[in-house]
Amino acid sequence: MRPIEFTLNGARARVTVEPHETLLWVLRQRLAATEVKSGCERGDCGACAVVLDGRAINSCLALAVQAEGKSVLTVRGLGGPEAPHPLQATFVELGAAQCGICIPGMLVSLYAFLQEHPRATRGEIREAIGGNLCRCTGYQKIVDAAEAAARRLVGATE
Amino acid sequence: MSTTSGFRIVGDRAPRPDARDKVYGLLRYADDFALAGMLHAKVVRATRPSARILKIDGSRAEALPGVTCVLTARDVPHNVLFSDVPGQTTAIGPLRARTQVLAGDTVRYLGEAVALVAAETEEAAEEAARLVVVEYEDRPGVFDPEEALRPDAPPLEPTGNVISRWKIRKGDVEAGFREADVVVAETYRTGFIDHAFIEPEAGVGWLDENGVITLRVATQVIEHFRDVANVLGLPHSRVRIIAPYIGGGFGGKEDVTVEVFLGLLVWKTRRPVRLCYSREESILSPTKRHPFVMKYTHGARRDGTLVALQVELIADAGGYAYLSPLTLLYAMVHAAGPYRIPHVKVDGVAVLTNNPPTSAFRGFGSAQPAFAYESQMDALARALALDPLAFRERNYLRKGERLASGQELETAVLLPETAARAWHALGPPRTPSGPGKRIGRGVASALTAYGRIVWLHDWSSAWVELQMDGTVLVRTGVPDIGGGQAASLVQITAEILGLAQDEITIHIGDSALTPLAGTTTATRQLYMSGSAVHKAASELRATLLQQTGELLNVPPETIVLADGLAYAEGNPQRKLSFKELAAACARAHRPRSAFAIYQAPAGQVMDFETGQGKVFPDFTFGSQAVEVEVDEDTGEVQVLRVVACYDVGKVINRNSVEGQVEGGVAMGIGYALLEEDRVAAGLTLTPNLMTYLIPTALDVPDVTAIILESGEGMGPWGARGIGEPALVPTAPAIANAVFDAVGVRVTRLPITPERLWRAGQEQPARRAR
Repeated sequence: MRPIEFTLNGARARVTVEPHETLLWVLRQRLAATEVKSGCERGDCGACAVVLDGRAINSCLALAVQAEGKSVLTVRGLGGPEAPHPLQATFVELGAAQCGICIPGMLVSLYAFLQEHPRATRGEIREAIGGNLCRCTGYQKIVDAAEAAARRLVGATE
Repeated sequence: MSTTSGFRIVGDRAPRPDARDKVYGLLRYADDFALAGMLHAKVVRATRPSARILKIDGSRAEALPGVTCVLTARDVPHNVLFSDVPGQTTAIGPLRARTQVLAGDTVRYLGEAVALVAAETEEAAEEAARLVVVEYEDRPGVFDPEEALRPDAPPLEPTGNVISRWKIRKGDVEAGFREADVVVAETYRTGFIDHAFIEPEAGVGWLDENGVITLRVATQVIEHFRDVANVLGLPHSRVRIIAPYIGGGFGGKEDVTVEVFLGLLVWKTRRPVRLCYSREESILSPTKRHPFVMKYTHGARRDGTLVALQVELIADAGGYAYLSPLTLLYAMVHAAGPYRIPHVKVDGVAVLTNNPPTSAFRGFGSAQPAFAYESQMDALARALALDPLAFRERNYLRKGERLASGQELETAVLLPETAARAWHALGPPRTPSGPGKRIGRGVASALTAYGRIVWLHDWSSAWVELQMDGTVLVRTGVPDIGGGQAASLVQITAEILGLAQDEITIHIGDSALTPLAGTTTATRQLYMSGSAVHKAASELRATLLQQTGELLNVPPETIVLADGLAYAEGNPQRKLSFKELAAACARAHRPRSAFAIYQAPAGQVMDFETGQGKVFPDFTFGSQAVEVEVDEDTGEVQVLRVVACYDVGKVINRNSVEGQVEGGVAMGIGYALLEEDRVAAGLTLTPNLMTYLIPTALDVPDVTAIILESGEGMGPWGARGIGEPALVPTAPAIANAVFDAVGVRVTRLPITPERLWRAGQEQPARRAR
């Protein structure tokens, strides 16, 4: 067992972990961050994606100890009912969340991607979520919402 | 009133209330819920597809620290689950339609549950499951449904492997073929398909303070509380099932999954228990979409008139019946497609094998035959040198005509419109992206039933109440599997009562506290529970009109409900708030709530000798047109465009309708090109999402959804169901487009590069395109 410390959605998280425990497991079971979903535990589906120091990763493929001293962002860190992130707002407005189980991973993947590529094309957005499986939406409204959010984000900074 | 002078909310893109909690990460799905002192459970699964169980030794597992119990078949009070199959349970016997909760003497498929373990931690439970020793004696297995039909095949049941037979007889099929100038015969095959919802089967159970076993599980069917109670030998009212919002269903959470296991463990341990399947377990455990062998022979006259059809359907039921007899019945009724054919003979059989059990899957028995009949329509049109659209148009059934099973189409049939609009919306053809690439286009039409079989006397109920603060509460036992089931009911209530959506709260999916609404299956909830909510909200509306009329001294029929206010038409100055109305109703001893039951129109059981009779309440009709690019050298198919056109009767939520269509098309693309559980001698070789491929964002193009509204469906304001129909025409449209591109007909799904390449080698004389 080993104590580690990292930032979770801006707040300090201190937790004792086993060396073999995944970041996904520690987030869900130890830190009650159940917004991080578990779909396959082998990096195939993207439901467990979080942003680790600015990069979207599958938290099922990272060890918790790898988060030591770093910043972890989940969908709850993007925004909430009081102050939704533009991605969250457009996902609701355009009907991009159906069953919604892929959405936390989808949103953080898009968040990290749009930080780097604010003027991404539709095709680039599709590539960015190529590792985030969705079984409900056919991706169309997800891509629509991501495009609309990107426009809002660029508009807000210009 | 809104229903006659246009709609305020119904038909628009109102955001779903549940979507907010989903995008903020606040929604607690089945596995996001924990209780203090909760045990973790695991299922021990058979490692053989066909074997006798000689011995189960749980002693090493029980000795492991932290392990609470190991349960086997001997610990199950009534070790049987029944599927009630009208028309078959009497004819063939209820034994055939049963499943054991935990394997007793024999296992019939690899992955069958043999034992349960519960422990203080998940790790201990996993370790304990590994330590349960099961001694098997292998038995001969049968892994091909056609082989399972042979008299010398190893029988899974003492009476043999046939679990269900249906037939349809119309006209004289031999005479019909004598009239035919062209006969096209082909055998089509489809594979095992996994639901592959991103949320695996999961739940938490506990014993509540009244001694009621309470199970919060991802399920499409809260009515499984009865199954859990029957297995435990308890009164039905001692088991309660709560369905939280569900991370995808598609039929895979329709049969019992974790709930009976949880019920057993809670009952034995008296402690809260969690059981969540791993992805591998989700794929290995029941159920799958049925593989079908479909032998089709169509006859047509030179002028393009269909005259005869003979079909033989063989469905692989896997190790247990589950819903196979019903799936096969759906396949029978849909087998001829939406076409007028005077002479039809269909024979269907569902066969037990030692393969994974098959059951409900979106497009329940209608997706497989659509691949066959729409491939046949394309082949016939080409054999007759007719335009595929014109050929279909000539043969489409019209309103007032009858299916091969004798059922009259009593509502609008807009098939010609859906096909033409889908086809023309494809626009000008693209040019190939490079040498060796070919562009092709295809179309497919389908009918798909929505609502439960009319002999099952389907019903749903709902309860709507005006709260003392002027807001409204809806209660109904609907599980929401992501299709916007709850949100649409809120929208219907808002429309009828003249309220904004955020003034309405809905409680769903609780077998103890919400009136039962039936299952979220069979594309029935908008139709059935939409109608129940419509009825309850309309009763409350009538009460409010009466109360307002008395207070304002005007006739109730002149009252308008809008924006949370009640007033007489033309006099909005004298108005009452809903809060004032609630108080007035209370003072007048007038109920502020309404409970309504919607009973679907019922019908007589069909004639089992001829297959003639009304089976379904109604159908949804639609067509899809696709454009593909095929790489001639590699056999790779890329879908470039899809247009899907449906008559949904009446749109309740436009985003939800389009979402169902777009998602259905994506699943259809997977069915056509990517998805198959490869099963070799009972062993699933694709136990994860790296080998079982569902479409990614790069496999699905933009989909154009064209929505028609005939207003002639059975649901609220004439709405029809769209969840399942959305998937059905995609695969045959793609198969037809592939043929158009390279002149090769692939008769087995999925159309993998290898299959297409091989078919090209076998069909070297490529037909003129």
